[in-house]
Amino acid sequence: MHNRTIAELINGLQSKEFSSVELTQHFLDRIGDLNPNYNAIITVTAEQALKAAAAADERLAAGNAPAMCGIPILHKDIFCTNGVRTSCGSKMLDNFIPPYNATVVENFEQAGAVVLGKTNMDEFAMGSSNETSFYGSVQNPWDTNCVPGGSSGGSAAAVAARLAPGATATDTGGSIRQPAALCGITGLKPTYGRVSRWGMIAFASSLDQGGPMARTAEDCAIMLSCMASFDDKDSTCIDREVPDYCAALGQDVSGLRIGVPSEYFSKGLNEGTEQAVRTALAKLEEQGAELVEISLPNTGLSVPAYYVIAPAEASANLSRFDGVKYGYRCEDPKDLQDLYSRSRAEGFGEEVQRRILIGTYCLSAGYYEAYYGKAQQVRQLIQRDFEKAFETVDVIMGPTCPSPAFKFGSKGDDPVAMYLEDIYTIATNLAGLPGMSVPCGMVDNKPVGLQIIGNYFDEARILNVAHQYQQITEWHDQAPEGVAS
Amino acid sequence: MKWDTVIGLEVHVQLATKTKIFSGASTAFGAEPNTQACAIDLAMPGTLPVLNKQAVHYAVMFGLAIDAEIGKESAFERKNYFYPDLPKGYQTTQLEKPIVGRGNVEIQLADGSTKNIRIHHAHLEEDAGKSLHEGDFRHGVSGIDLNRAGTPLIEIVSEPDISSAEEAIAFAKKLHSIVTSIGICDGEMSQGSMRFDVNVSVKPSGSDTLGTRTETKNLNSFKFMEECIVKEVERQIDLIEDGGTVIQETRLYNGDTKVARSMRSKEEANDYRYFPCPDLLPVIVTDETIEELRRNLPELPDARQARFVEEYGLSDYDASVLGNDAGMASYFEIAAKTSGSAKLAANWTMGELAARLNNEDISIANSPVSADQLGGLVTRIVDNSISGKMAKEVFEGIWAGEGSADEIIEVRGLKQVSDSGALEQMVTDVLAANQEMVDDYINTDEAKRKKKLGGFMGQIMKASKGQANPQQVNQILAKKLNELL
Repeated sequence: MHNRTIAELINGLQSKEFSSVELTQHFLDRIGDLNPNYNAIITVTAEQALKAAAAADERLAAGNAPAMCGIPILHKDIFCTNGVRTSCGSKMLDNFIPPYNATVVENFEQAGAVVLGKTNMDEFAMGSSNETSFYGSVQNPWDTNCVPGGSSGGSAAAVAARLAPGATATDTGGSIRQPAALCGITGLKPTYGRVSRWGMIAFASSLDQGGPMARTAEDCAIMLSCMASFDDKDSTCIDREVPDYCAALGQDVSGLRIGVPSEYFSKGLNEGTEQAVRTALAKLEEQGAELVEISLPNTGLSVPAYYVIAPAEASANLSRFDGVKYGYRCEDPKDLQDLYSRSRAEGFGEEVQRRILIGTYCLSAGYYEAYYGKAQQVRQLIQRDFEKAFETVDVIMGPTCPSPAFKFGSKGDDPVAMYLEDIYTIATNLAGLPGMSVPCGMVDNKPVGLQIIGNYFDEARILNVAHQYQQITEWHDQAPEGVAS
Repeated sequence: MKWDTVIGLEVHVQLATKTKIFSGASTAFGAEPNTQACAIDLAMPGTLPVLNKQAVHYAVMFGLAIDAEIGKESAFERKNYFYPDLPKGYQTTQLEKPIVGRGNVEIQLADGSTKNIRIHHAHLEEDAGKSLHEGDFRHGVSGIDLNRAGTPLIEIVSEPDISSAEEAIAFAKKLHSIVTSIGICDGEMSQGSMRFDVNVSVKPSGSDTLGTRTETKNLNSFKFMEECIVKEVERQIDLIEDGGTVIQETRLYNGDTKVARSMRSKEEANDYRYFPCPDLLPVIVTDETIEELRRNLPELPDARQARFVEEYGLSDYDASVLGNDAGMASYFEIAAKTSGSAKLAANWTMGELAARLNNEDISIANSPVSADQLGGLVTRIVDNSISGKMAKEVFEGIWAGEGSADEIIEVRGLKQVSDSGALEQMVTDVLAANQEMVDDYINTDEAKRKKKLGGFMGQIMKASKGQANPQQVNQILAKKLNELL
């Protein structure tokens, strides 16, 4: 059962081939057996899952089942789950049990999905390798000596290891697309404002966006149809009808204008990765798509701009974790100052502290204009690059990240090398555009991701393009050794 | 040496919305600690602010009341600092683009002159919670009450146009009058609904160079503010005259002990690292909304004052006392309409009632004697049912909760005797019984006779147990004695 896609599982449930309880139990068993190899899941909610599955079976039997009724999924541990610990990968929230659900969690519950548990992640979503998690790093199912990418590395590895057919994730600077690429699965970061941020623990509020991870574009379409909604609890959520993303999956790509930015194929790109991406582009060209060379001239500025804006926002967003109201509090504080400094020094990991310090510095008197002010200007330039490009092309394609999964610790000492992992993904967050990563090849037995960037609210189009690509390729069907059996 | 005082005020006004500025929790005063703080007010992870539209409208109404420019596109910033009663670790406020721009407030001074105080701007922000320190709470431990956290405020910032404590009080009272008249604040000073930060400096008389200023924060009564300004001006002048210099600092004034102390110097001042709040969109106020609010803006104190002179024939003084206080004004109008005598209703409202409320520190909104009841009392004075002296007794009865004026008059048998036949008989009897006094009266020099009337009056009142109508008795007495001459 674990080899089937969400679309296939929905058919299986509806044709009574198996029940949701059977399906849920099957995945729970797999998690029990295999998760210790990957550390992808940090909380398993077996009891609630089986209860929800039984309820789903009743609705399936009654014939009034919603879209994802009985389908098991995992939530990234950044989404608040009522009554279930939500740690955000941090010691700071190791004891935090929210009394509310994130809107995303609520939406999947409405859609009848069954939650198997919560996935590991970089602490507060800050990282590109899942090495910053308080719960230990996640192993890439393709090579357990390698990172799964981050920050949604737990969700990506769990889907790749077929511990769940789909998982939620978030993307602030590539945190859905990069781990999806490194784990050989399909992931989508929607347009900023498409998915509610209510109950999604904030890293950088103007960049954070939740999205689905699954094995196929079709499954991502099914999930996004449930996940996206207008939510009046999130002021930045956009009041716009959610289309039926599955209905848009049937269009061929002939005449599709694909923008290929020269800046995404420059120095630093792994040769094998480039080869795989070029082959994928050629494949689409064969199908009638038109490749258009474009330029996104300010791409090089995106990493520095991002590493000012995101830490600046994070420095304020993470101030609430002060040891006063909830979360970690140091032992025997001797006064208020001591309570603050030790709770935060002991509760936050190194990378989180680094980013809080960077952000605090960038916003400080005398530095604000030079850093934050300038970064916001750069952000507008980057946005304009894309706006201009979309005047002549329908989608933009390139690699998701510069190289396949790297070994643990290989970039640990060099934050800047780690930050460059996001060089192709960050710009879309700064512009607020939707982007996907789709498996498009293998290098050294490790997956390569093709990135597809769409115009604002053009999720249906990029999902369709990805789906069309997956109709003529089999990369998304590949499984890491020992996983498919 | 003569000195000029330069004062600027920052006034925090709690807006009378039912719910908080960014959450649906109640703003009602006086609840058990932390029972009116929801997940948003507690800054639980993943929660997001949603702006209260009513708070925006109230702020715009204030802008219209002081004839200010309205910020059609205003924005919120985060002001970052750590304090236990600031749950998010930042205050959401406005800095660069406040909702209310430059405006003007005209104040009246005791000598009858007026002065214009310019308003620099007014902005929307959220209130913090309260820290309950030793004494208020438990020895060695501080308590936090977050009920107030997130209560909407406007902070009104004046230009340094104020030159004395008297002007500062007049300005503060005028603001109080405006915000209560337009109904955007309940004006309850004792509950912290209006709080003042006072910036004070002194300079040699006539000098163009401003002296170094100090800021005294969080004064919550007119009286404390007046004391504080007088003391601070004195302190600064003494300091300079003794060869010292004023240092820029933030100070606190304890109204109970009358002691002011330094809280922090400029060097210790926080770097608040303001930056735009990414969780909130710019606030757009349309011309239609502004016009609608302008059309429905309740009467302003100056207009009301003029109307009281015009409509009720009140003196300028009475009109200014009654017209400046929204509570007094509406109380007076009800009493005046119920009784039909504006002059008497005004006297009673400003006299007996105001004195009694002031003595017992009760606001007019919570007066034990309602405006209708006072109107009923005045009605009985007007129709001669009771004398002014009886009225005081009846007033005490109403205050004590014994019922309406009529009920008390009935129960206590206080009805004034105004039947002229009965009164004539009473006068005749008293004159007959006091022949010596009558002779004395007749023999007294004409100019001094008037003084002698009091003696007869006392006898008659005694005989009538105080119920004789004094005006009528006076007339009858004068007539009868004249007949004897």
